[in-house]
Amino acid sequence: MLHRLKEPWTDRRAGLLLGALACSVLAVIVFMLVFIAIKAWPSFANNGLSWFSSKGVVDQQFDAMVNSGLNPSAADYELGAWPLIYATLLTTFFATFFGLIFSLLSAIFIVEFAPERIRRVIVPVVRLLAAVPSVIYGLIGILVLAPFIGNSVITAEQKSSVQFVIPLSGTGLGVAIAVLTVMITPIMIAITVDGLHAIPRAWKEGALALGVNRWRAMWTVTVRAARPAIIAGAVLATARALGEAIMISMVAGSKGFSPNPLDGFVFFFEPVRTMAATVVENAESINAPAMQSSLYALALVLLVGAFFLSLGSWIAKQPLKKYGTRS
Amino acid sequence: MIDPHEKTSRPARTTDEPANGMMPPPIRRITLDSQPTVALPPSQDAVAIANTGDRSLAAAGRPTRGVAGPERMTISDLSVYYGDNHAVKHVSLPIRQGEVLALIGPSGCGKTTLLRTLNRLTELTGTARREGLITLDGTDIDSLEVTEHRRRVSMVFQQPNPFPMSVFDNVAYALREQGAKRPKKKVLEPYVVDALQRAGLYDEVSSNLDHPALRLSGGQQQRLCIARALAARPEVLLMDEPCSALDPKSTNVIEELIVELRKELAIVIVTHNLQQAYRVGDHVAFMYLGDLVEYGPTDDLFDNPKAARTRDYIGGAFG
Amino acid sequence: MSVPTRPGGTAPPLPPLPLPRSPGGGGRQGRSPKKKRVNESISTWRLTDRIGYVLMWAAGLLLCAIGIGILAYMAFKGVQYLRPQLVLTSPTADVDQSASGGFLDPLLGTILITLIGIVIATPIAIGAATWIVEYGRPTWLARLIDSGIEIIAGTPDIVIALFGLVLFQQGIFGWMSFTAAGGAVFGRSFLTAGAMMSLIALPMVFAATREGLQSIPIHIREASYALGKTKAATIRRVLLPSVKANISTGAALGMGRIAGDTAIIVVLLGASLTLDPEGDVPGLNVLKGTGSTLTSYVYNNSPAGEGNAPQKAYAAAFVLLLIVLALNFAVDLIARSGAKTGLETSRLGAR
Ligand SMILES: Nc1ncnc2c1ncn2[C@@H]1O[C@H](COP(=O)(O)OP(=O)(O)OP(=O)(O)O)[C@@H](O)[C@H]1O
Ligand SMILES: [Mg+2]
Repeated sequence: MLHRLKEPWTDRRAGLLLGALACSVLAVIVFMLVFIAIKAWPSFANNGLSWFSSKGVVDQQFDAMVNSGLNPSAADYELGAWPLIYATLLTTFFATFFGLIFSLLSAIFIVEFAPERIRRVIVPVVRLLAAVPSVIYGLIGILVLAPFIGNSVITAEQKSSVQFVIPLSGTGLGVAIAVLTVMITPIMIAITVDGLHAIPRAWKEGALALGVNRWRAMWTVTVRAARPAIIAGAVLATARALGEAIMISMVAGSKGFSPNPLDGFVFFFEPVRTMAATVVENAESINAPAMQSSLYALALVLLVGAFFLSLGSWIAKQPLKKYGTRS
Repeated sequence: MIDPHEKTSRPARTTDEPANGMMPPPIRRITLDSQPTVALPPSQDAVAIANTGDRSLAAAGRPTRGVAGPERMTISDLSVYYGDNHAVKHVSLPIRQGEVLALIGPSGCGKTTLLRTLNRLTELTGTARREGLITLDGTDIDSLEVTEHRRRVSMVFQQPNPFPMSVFDNVAYALREQGAKRPKKKVLEPYVVDALQRAGLYDEVSSNLDHPALRLSGGQQQRLCIARALAARPEVLLMDEPCSALDPKSTNVIEELIVELRKELAIVIVTHNLQQAYRVGDHVAFMYLGDLVEYGPTDDLFDNPKAARTRDYIGGAFG
Repeated sequence: MSVPTRPGGTAPPLPPLPLPRSPGGGGRQGRSPKKKRVNESISTWRLTDRIGYVLMWAAGLLLCAIGIGILAYMAFKGVQYLRPQLVLTSPTADVDQSASGGFLDPLLGTILITLIGIVIATPIAIGAATWIVEYGRPTWLARLIDSGIEIIAGTPDIVIALFGLVLFQQGIFGWMSFTAAGGAVFGRSFLTAGAMMSLIALPMVFAATREGLQSIPIHIREASYALGKTKAATIRRVLLPSVKANISTGAALGMGRIAGDTAIIVVLLGASLTLDPEGDVPGLNVLKGTGSTLTSYVYNNSPAGEGNAPQKAYAAAFVLLLIVLALNFAVDLIARSGAKTGLETSRLGAR
């Protein structure tokens, strides 16, 4: 027994301990899924598939939940979350779309075309933008961008054209998309730049040696080969956009409203509230059981969405390993 | 018009570009009009080697020299530095149409660097610096637009580097990306087939042109890279140890190809294989630690090298 | 006229492909008597390529402008509104927010929560990374854990926050936060928030450690075994010390993420402005208690929150930004001084 004390770190025990630590990660995921699903169940059970529909007015439904007290009736669980889902889809889609274009161009610029002096500025800038906390983005959005749009961009006619539907104040879908794009672009740039760097130089040089200019060589060989990394970056950024709560709740106008594309350009000025923002804004009233279940239901939808995005990025990364070259 | 050598005059690159304002080098005609004197077709030679595996035959039955043509490129007093490392030291060399220049020398002596400089690829290396003059048909290559220059002077690398796309797309790559518009696949097809045939690869890949190129064998990949370069119809072809990763049979196919191609192109080939230099080279340049030690016609250089270092280096090969 | 046969068979020679040339093309030889190397000239490119090229420059410059603009604006506002007493006094609730105290407590809260989070995350992340690289059997489990961490990295912080709330309201975690007389557990405290914050930092420490371990050549391990060391001793005495720099990098990045996170704070730290100790064990009482951090302080003082005192929000945001930038700067310092490998790929801070 003594040797045991002298040698507390046998290989076997070290392996078991480390393995247990590693497995705790899986336990966390399982617990997360189970706990959130249990809490979310009443909301789904009382609404069925119409949970995903746009029945009723979502903000009024939330008010009813808060007021329903500790013993809510089945009717108090009533929720049609479509405006929130729609807002989440809109912000996520547009931010990822613009971010993808923006980040791809920037990454190519950084990797291939930027003069050394600009590169020395832009690389720290990207890292800085990636590090800025979302609440600071939100602060700038609500104190700088939203007033600017509310006062100088939205015209009086635009305001009056929808005044009976929704008041326009500046905060809204457009600001949310703009700030969200700036937030997620650095992530995409970082991953895209890594991906572009990982493409063997020989391919690029092979293309150049044939007398193809750098721009076309970049797009037809390097970017083409780096597609898995670009997709992986886009998927990660999508996950980030999907789950962004604080910044959106600050700049998106915080109304359970479905912007109408038929309104034309005003569409982008109309206020929205995403699922994640809804959760964070109503966190204070989470002790009301009906509210609690609804918020956990939103969280469950987000969790499942994020899970599928992780799966997507995992699938996208697979072909990357095939090349097996990193130089 | 049916004269096959007509094709080799190939004024495509030059007459197609009025903006270029450059006359096709008149000298090229001379080469074309004179028949190559092929005493022993290298193909038979190569087949014999392939069949018997007797390599001495290659060294013995070689001497089919190309016809020296006009100088296409001239290197004068070229120096390349990587930072402080003087990788190529004051090298002067002519590169002639219609013959093969073989560069030999121990590892690290600057052969690859020299080739990359001719293709202006060293400019991509941040630390690299170049001095001296390189001309293409009498024009300083620095004053040519760089992609334009690379279209005329193409390069095949030491490691086969086919792009991660289909065989067809690889060969069609330069044709598609060089022009102002992407030609249709139908239009490209004969050119792709022609290039593959010239590289001796067509029979092996004809049935699966749309398979990924990375799935070809190493030797096939290298020949694909040569086909890719040929499809763009360069005037000078730089080959950096094209056979270093190949088996004897593929090596023979490529050597045969080089001998074939030299009628229409100026070719520079880097090789570690002295037998190969002897077989395909019309002129040989021996480099040592960045210096050009000796340059001369292949037979002279191998039979009675003037410099002691050359003698030492090739001593083992033919002694 | 004898035609030498091609290796691949005979084919009639093809006319040159009439490639349409781009406008303005061609070399520009002998243009200037002064010797200047002609590099690429855009004028030979296709029109779409030229448009793309211009857009690319625009994107790059816009990116620079946004980054520098945000930094400069925050610095300007920070200098404008940050006063020493703001950092040195505790917040007090008052009708006129702009005159009611500073953000000492939120600052301490940020530091506290960051430390708690990283202290929990680091050992787990190192353990998991070490296990995956050094043991990694069975393979399916290793792969599962790998993707598990990826999933955690992709989980929205707000979901993690709600998970923490339901988890720590379970009875067995009663010691971590305020427990009411009836046995209902409040679930909100520095401890619970910090524990959930560790999930945010964990993937970064994990990735950095794993990359470091993977880049250690196998012969170093073999040399250690040859000296008679056990695997465990090798890990402890050889491998982990040599990836210290990687671990520090991951930890610094993770701390930056924790310090900047708001959603978990809003949900899990309660809403008290000041540090609000709970119970009477010194030390533990603060951890069990509620409070706020710079992020929640900024959020609450923005027009979106209840306080609505933009000056203070700016000042606190500036301090927060400084903290996060300092952590990122630390990453650079570590990378420059120690980490030999693996960091090049994460230079841009991909998570
Ligand atoms: N990208 C580079 N950066 C710095 N130095 C380089 C670079 N490429 C080559 N060198 C140096 O230049 C010298 C010549 O290298 P080069 O590749 O031209 O040799 P080589 O003759 O082709 O050798 P080998 O026969 O092995 O291919 C070497 O000393 C090498 O270290
Ligand atoms: Mg070489």
